[in-house]
Amino acid sequence: MTEQDKPQHMADESAEGNRDTGDLEPQDRDTQEPQATADDAAAATSLDTAGGAMQPSAVPVSAQSGTVPGGPDTLVRRIFTGSGMVSILAVLLALILGGLLIASTDKQVGATASYLFARPSDFFSAVWTAATRSYVALFQGSVFNPRGSSVAVQFAPLMETLTIATPLITAGLGVALAFRAGLFNIGAQGQIIMAGILAAWVGFALHLPVGLHLLLVLVAGIVGGAIWGGLVGLLKARTGAHEVILTIMFNYIALYFLRYLLNTPAFQRPGESNPISPILDPSAVYPQIFGTQYRLHLGFVLAIAATVFVWWLLNRSTVGFEFRAVGANPKAALTAGINVPRATVLVMAIAGALAGMSGVAQVAGTEKVLTDGVAATYGFDAITVALLGRSTPWGTFAAGLLFGAFRAGAVQMQIQTGTPIDIVLVVQSLIVLFIAAPPLVRALFGLNPRKKKAATAGKTKTAATTGGAA
Amino acid sequence: MSTTATSPVPGTPQPGTPQSANEKAPAVSAKPVTWKVPVLLSVLGVVAFIFFGVMGPNQTARFGISSSGDFFQLPAIQVPAFLGGIVLSVLMLGLAAYAVYLKTRNEPSPGWLPIVFIVLFVAAFLIWVVGGARTPSISLAGLIAGSVTLAVPLVFGSLSGVLCERVGVVNIAIEGQLLGGAFTAAMVATLTKSPFIGLLAAAVAGAVVSMVLAVFSIKYLVNQIIVGVVLNVLVSGLTGFLFSTVMQADKAQFNSPGRLPIIDIPVLSSIPVIGPILFKQSVVGYLMYIAVIVVWIGLFKTKWGLRVRAVGEHPQAADTMGIKVNATRFWNVTLGGAVAGIGGSFFTLVAIDSFTKEISGGRGFIALAALIFGRWNPIGAFFAALLFGFADNLQSIVTIIGTPVPSQFMAMLPYLVTVLAVAGLVGRSRPPAASGIPYIKG
Repeated sequence: MTEQDKPQHMADESAEGNRDTGDLEPQDRDTQEPQATADDAAAATSLDTAGGAMQPSAVPVSAQSGTVPGGPDTLVRRIFTGSGMVSILAVLLALILGGLLIASTDKQVGATASYLFARPSDFFSAVWTAATRSYVALFQGSVFNPRGSSVAVQFAPLMETLTIATPLITAGLGVALAFRAGLFNIGAQGQIIMAGILAAWVGFALHLPVGLHLLLVLVAGIVGGAIWGGLVGLLKARTGAHEVILTIMFNYIALYFLRYLLNTPAFQRPGESNPISPILDPSAVYPQIFGTQYRLHLGFVLAIAATVFVWWLLNRSTVGFEFRAVGANPKAALTAGINVPRATVLVMAIAGALAGMSGVAQVAGTEKVLTDGVAATYGFDAITVALLGRSTPWGTFAAGLLFGAFRAGAVQMQIQTGTPIDIVLVVQSLIVLFIAAPPLVRALFGLNPRKKKAATAGKTKTAATTGGAA
Repeated sequence: MSTTATSPVPGTPQPGTPQSANEKAPAVSAKPVTWKVPVLLSVLGVVAFIFFGVMGPNQTARFGISSSGDFFQLPAIQVPAFLGGIVLSVLMLGLAAYAVYLKTRNEPSPGWLPIVFIVLFVAAFLIWVVGGARTPSISLAGLIAGSVTLAVPLVFGSLSGVLCERVGVVNIAIEGQLLGGAFTAAMVATLTKSPFIGLLAAAVAGAVVSMVLAVFSIKYLVNQIIVGVVLNVLVSGLTGFLFSTVMQADKAQFNSPGRLPIIDIPVLSSIPVIGPILFKQSVVGYLMYIAVIVVWIGLFKTKWGLRVRAVGEHPQAADTMGIKVNATRFWNVTLGGAVAGIGGSFFTLVAIDSFTKEISGGRGFIALAALIFGRWNPIGAFFAALLFGFADNLQSIVTIIGTPVPSQFMAMLPYLVTVLAVAGLVGRSRPPAASGIPYIKG
């Protein structure tokens, strides 16, 4: 489609597309409402839901667009109160809280706490040591290990991070895309599993020439994910069932289906009593990009391609425009002549296809076999990745890298310092909680827009309001 | 959570007759009676006839009713599997035909019809499973008692869901509340050496998890589903972390809660079948029955319940009447969390006497399913949870007695049933209208 062919709204759309924000959001800077003095979250949500009269879109306004509804502030203030800054502060805050949690269970900290009032410096240095030791190990396990003998070994952790980030990125993109269309896709887990089943079967049961085989594996996985996702979209479009419930249930159905299959002769490795499939043919697996010493495989390149594709889809294509219109306001979209049921099915199918790429990355890239742990927790992590990435393609990409680094580094951290991997779950979920509530983060760092007093006054006013005085 | 296609949206004018009128006078309704129920029943009836009837096993299924210690003994029920399958599936087909007949007269199927159908289907299925097993004999009493035991956390979880959703807050965090309750119960009961204090602590822990949900969704207006999903991860991470660092280091000091005693009511507990399930339970088990009844009476027979439901259905109207919408929501969600927390204590104080990572194992989501299948009603949720507990228990029994059905499909059953339920195939389940929508006054 060339620029001339586009309808007028599409041309406008692409002109603004670079900003990668929800152009449909009503709280754009230019159209500031006089109520900007009220608590920004309240304002955003009331706009979002027309004063509570309609279903809010799946993703809060604050997590969708780049600008904070805070009025025309100074540039500096915008930088420090903008969503990017909130993201960074949220990560920082989550890391601090995670560090405190690590320190609270540390033996040295416990020992120094007994004479806290006699020599507080011991206590605080013990807290600092406990937390930083873990985080340094996390960094060394995920980005750069200075103790490596050669440059190749020193950067091995980074390669591991990229490997683990690959399924996170693609599944995260799937969740993010559905978010933008106002759908809550909790089902990446099930979509990864179904994709893994199909891709793995093509990989070990068929024996095809090099190239064609891998292509078929990829297609099978994408189709598997797309069907599983599309089915949810279809059920939602036809019956109005809520996609959250559907996707949660579909996750379990897929998991038990996989467990069943792994106990059948068609999928179980011959001579094996454990539920594990045969190893995929060498022609069916992704080539390793930087040689055999790293696990990083072609799937990462495809993840980058998928990010570009989703960016194009959302910001440059008619279909993506429809998705966003449906996400912003399904009733308005319907009135504007958009086929909402079709968009629902399509967006869920594409989301499933993207999650399916994660399934392929797992069976054809990282693990090369199918087990019932094929999806690990990637499907659930994908939700947090998409939320951290504010449902934008490149944001999701960056969030996937960050969480990949957490995952990769946590293994090293557990080996070196004994800090359990679970700390990553805590930090991840705290990050998302804080990001979802920007007013909380800004309040904690004293960064509320406008003068502090006005902000506080606004807050108390809202508090009274949300308290629901009769 | 709202099914966007069906739920009336407050604030938008709804032309035509109100929905209640539709249900009462179907003959003049604008909406014709759908083919959903008759078609579904027919399909299931045919499936039952073919699999449970025609292709049914030839053995005789034996269901033991009394256990040796019972007050009086009843003989075991012996059912020829083939004949039983045929008879029951013919009855099912009869019901399906009745539904089709009603449809041709444009009348909806009565409410009892699907329920009777489900009972028949489960019975036929049971006969088929047992009849096809290597050892075609199970103890019905044991099966039912086991189902109730497995259903306990599900019931508490779904009650938590009922309390939250009825007031307009979607509670996806049931899993986290159960897990938090289980962890805290184990920890506190070990430290205080009293399972009862552990039980209380579990309620507090569940309430705390719920308060986070309430604060973020009510004060910060964060999407309730996001908070719920994230809370599950957070609780899972926190309990996993503390389990690895604290509990595993010193199991005796932190992770060996005693079990809650099983309280055996004399005489009554030796009634066959219902004795063990009603009168031979732990405190948590008895609390379950009390909680179901209290929540039901509270929601549907008291002023408090009327207010709660008003807030969940139409907060603007409730506010106009002087009900503090967000305060009601906050305290109800907190209460729901406490209920789920008690359910969580079941894992560590009744089922086994220690905590392990992810001990709740996704039961919070089954509880969510039970809530929907039970149509947001405490009694309905209770029976749905029993059904899911039954499926869970049958799954383990099936592997022991060795039947042709793979246990994975039994495990899948609750989820499949829920998909059918939310898709509107098994009756219509409509959530409270304002569930999931934050309320902003003004």
